[in-house]
Amino acid sequence: MELIDFIVTALLLGGTFFFTTATLGLIRFPDLFTRLHATGKGDTLGIGLILTGLAIYLGPSPTTIKIMLILIFVLLTSPVGTHCICRAVYNQGIKPWKKGG
Amino acid sequence: MINMHDVFNGIILILVLNVFLCIYRAVMGPKAWDRVVAINVIGTKTIVIIILLGLVFDSLYFVDVALVYALFNFMLTVALSKYIEFGTL
Repeated sequence: MELIDFIVTALLLGGTFFFTTATLGLIRFPDLFTRLHATGKGDTLGIGLILTGLAIYLGPSPTTIKIMLILIFVLLTSPVGTHCICRAVYNQGIKPWKKGG
Repeated sequence: MINMHDVFNGIILILVLNVFLCIYRAVMGPKAWDRVVAINVIGTKTIVIIILLGLVFDSLYFVDVALVYALFNFMLTVALSKYIEFGTL
């Protein structure tokens, strides 16, 4: 049980680190496309790590199946949502941010 | 020996702090699409917070709520991006 607790804690802390990175990018970056670049990857990886850790913590049970279902669904739909927003804004004629102009 | 409930409580605290930082972008965002991105990020964090709260409270029915919340989050993002692109639903 000791080793499993350490593994689960490491996975949870790693996921929290990626969530914090995504939040930092969302606040600090200058443009929509750069913000999507930060949040699209950081959120997907963060929720993947945290839900994997919780599935290991719970062991084989029906709840683990539900958590893996949420994980598969989010891994499929989070990049799709990011791509939807990015395509909608790019079709409005918004140019991506460039340094110095 | 690690007390897992303390770990879950700490993770929930950090994630709620992150949500408040995202609310800054959702309120102050210069354009509508910045707010859409902020709402999407807040929804993803909320799924994790709901599952962790279920583990802290020893009530595993919270996972079903999180599953439905993930569905609604995706629907919200697609509908708002369609509204931005075409001006109507």
